[in-house]
Amino acid sequence: MKTRSIALAVPVLMLSGLLSSCSEDDGPSITVYNAQHEELLEELAPIFEEETGIDVKLRNGKDFELANQIVTEGDASPADVFLTENSPAMSLVESEGLFAPLAEETLALTPKQYRPESGNWTGFAARSTVVMYNKDDIAPEDLPKSILDFADPQWKGKVSFSPTGADFQAIVSAVLQLEGEAATKEWLAGLAANGEVYDGNNIVMQSVNDGETPTGIAYHYYWYRDQKESGENSSSTELHFFGNQDPGAFVSISGAGVLESSDKQDDAQAFVKFLVDKVGQQALADSYALEYPLNPDVQLEPLVKPFSELEPPTVDVSALNGPKVIELMQDAGLI
Amino acid sequence: MTTTVDRPRPARRVVDGAPVALLLIGVAVALFALIPLIHVVQYAATVDPDVAKDQLFRPRIGMLLRNTLGLMVTCVAASIVVSVACAWLVVRTDLPLRGLWHVLLTAPLAVPAFVNGFGWVSLTHSVEGFAGAAMVVTLSYFPFVYLPVCAALRGLDPAHEEIAATMGLGRPATFARVVLPQLRPAILGGSLLVALHMFSEFGALKTLRFPTFTTAIYDQFNTTFNGPAAHLSSAVLVLLCLVVLLVELRLRGHRRYARTSSGSPRTGESSPLGALRWPALLVPGAVVALALGVPIYSLVHWMQVGSSTGEGLDRLLPTALTTVSYAALGALLSVVLALPVALLVVRHSSVASTLVERSTYTANALPGIVVALALITVTIEYATDLYQTSVVLVAAYLIMFLSRAVVSVRASLEQAPPVLENVAKSLGVGALATTWRVTVPIVMPGIGAGAALVFIAISTELTATLLLAPLETQTLATQFWSESSALAYGAAAPYALAMVLISMPAVYLLSRTTQGRRPGKVVEP
Repeated sequence: MKTRSIALAVPVLMLSGLLSSCSEDDGPSITVYNAQHEELLEELAPIFEEETGIDVKLRNGKDFELANQIVTEGDASPADVFLTENSPAMSLVESEGLFAPLAEETLALTPKQYRPESGNWTGFAARSTVVMYNKDDIAPEDLPKSILDFADPQWKGKVSFSPTGADFQAIVSAVLQLEGEAATKEWLAGLAANGEVYDGNNIVMQSVNDGETPTGIAYHYYWYRDQKESGENSSSTELHFFGNQDPGAFVSISGAGVLESSDKQDDAQAFVKFLVDKVGQQALADSYALEYPLNPDVQLEPLVKPFSELEPPTVDVSALNGPKVIELMQDAGLI
Repeated sequence: MTTTVDRPRPARRVVDGAPVALLLIGVAVALFALIPLIHVVQYAATVDPDVAKDQLFRPRIGMLLRNTLGLMVTCVAASIVVSVACAWLVVRTDLPLRGLWHVLLTAPLAVPAFVNGFGWVSLTHSVEGFAGAAMVVTLSYFPFVYLPVCAALRGLDPAHEEIAATMGLGRPATFARVVLPQLRPAILGGSLLVALHMFSEFGALKTLRFPTFTTAIYDQFNTTFNGPAAHLSSAVLVLLCLVVLLVELRLRGHRRYARTSSGSPRTGESSPLGALRWPALLVPGAVVALALGVPIYSLVHWMQVGSSTGEGLDRLLPTALTTVSYAALGALLSVVLALPVALLVVRHSSVASTLVERSTYTANALPGIVVALALITVTIEYATDLYQTSVVLVAAYLIMFLSRAVVSVRASLEQAPPVLENVAKSLGVGALATTWRVTVPIVMPGIGAGAALVFIAISTELTATLLLAPLETQTLATQFWSESSALAYGAAAPYALAMVLISMPAVYLLSRTTQGRRPGKVVEP
């Protein structure tokens, strides 16, 4: 009997330990639902904590995973701030009326084209669409002039991408806004017929590097980050920027917003302001992330192609996302 | 001696029907396990019929259906072949180092399928697609069949085979006509778990680029707030799961397998392999090399080449402790919940008890994200204070993995003679006391095995943990996932190895419970 009661006692003690560990409460804190890369926030949050004494608690996930969670939680959401990698998930939460308007002084720090007119959230980082290509398999002059060219049958089996994440959905949203429904439909059908589908931009990069497909669509920083880490997954590859206001030069915006249900409005607002203000943006630029800061006073290190040379197309960030994108992607059989 | 009878013998059964208390407990457990299913059905029912039609009758759904069913059938068949062959070699032949092989053949359970998938893909991309997916899923889940088959082979009364031999049947014929039929419940129970796990498998299939319903549901939740599409796909998956449960029920039939009279219990003779003794090592050797060797080689390789190796190691120990705590607690509670369910279905067989038992399987086939979103909805609505506490996370684990405990406890209970309980009752021992003093000790091996299986499942659970864990709680699985998603394989590998290590004691326990102990043997309390 003795061993049995011990066997019972151990997990019960563990439960009480688990329960008590989550009720620790010392000083002000905010809860951030974070769909941006976890490592980035682990670099930024401590600086904010140091400056303000406000503790930042992170729940990490992916854009729509957390957006779904916030919508399901509704008014009972424990989240004070929501951060995403791309803007479509911000639009979803905004369309449910769950954001509180941001302070004017916060909004003023980010150029107008990188935040919605509503002022309910703001961009705080940017990523450029790129094509990664394998140097051994394809010559730079053979690369397409426009991302739309990938729908051409000559690219069959020669392009990879990751359609299931929020990343690619943002690109499709941009194509839809710039080119219209018919062209997007045609493009997706061609891409579905030609492309190799992977899960995640990192895997796309790996597949290009391994010579599985000569080209892959992704965002710029995956490549720069790998180059900086060891280059193991990108050593045979180079980046191709479309520029020229092509839909393929689309710049996707990472969003930050304060939830209306939060009862820590001041602290939450302060955190979003920190993210777009000089200190936060400089920390972003200096971090491992290699994503572009949006505050005009801060520049990324020269290793990365300068933001000013990207020549992105003009898109309305608040009009990305929407059921249409999903419908088109479903019709193409991509999701 | 043991007999297999086609019809239950009422005289030897507990005839007074299920005690009301037991039935009520069973129904409560079933309702708890059904929360995600009820949520999915409720949601799917509100979808506009036109939208539903569009969503359900599009080419991709057909493709997912073919992929899911094809993979399930292949993995179940392959698991049975691998398991029966290995179990026979280990239990009934003079294969060298049988004890070691037994532990090694159980050990793949300690390697999460998504780690296995990562391991393979990082070495060769040729495993992407159907064949690779079938291989990795089979290698990850075949022990679900192997373990009960081993236990059954050890529990068989050799008298049957001896009689068959005296009647002039050769060894292959004896195996096919005498042994195999008696392995049926073990094979079916294990196959059921393989099928259900394959249905809900996410990480491995994502990595191996083989889309099934579960990966599609995850994509749908992850691409947009596509409620109708994701919930309708979940409903289809639940339907598949119900079909599998029914098929298993039909195949299982009404036989009972308990020893019905005394005899001299002994284990069957080993069949000498003769000249094949050493070549036969190739069979378990190949299985172990593919299921354990490749992923472990790959993890070690990442640690050596990854430039991120060594980062975040300070978090490894606390994360491992959290993981062990959840897994231990969940394992304990799951067997507590599984016991009344198994008692009901084995000892008080009725439509109601069958429904209770089958209810506990449904959530197993659902992807973690569906279970998590259902629990978010329910908690926010009815128990806001509990939201994002350990309680809800443990509840999710129980709902998802209860079936593992039920299958094990049920299997051990099935081979325990009810006559002992009747004797206890006739001696004036109350129903609950009988359960505690007679039945529980008999099914102890099953309880241990069930707890071990749940422990392993929880320590590697990913998608539900991401959404439901208390703030700032990391488990080994979520940490591995976030590191490996960032391509920091070097930093991720220690977490994967830690998952394997903390599952090892459970695996050892599993290999012990099916070794040497005859089912039906009464263990002293």
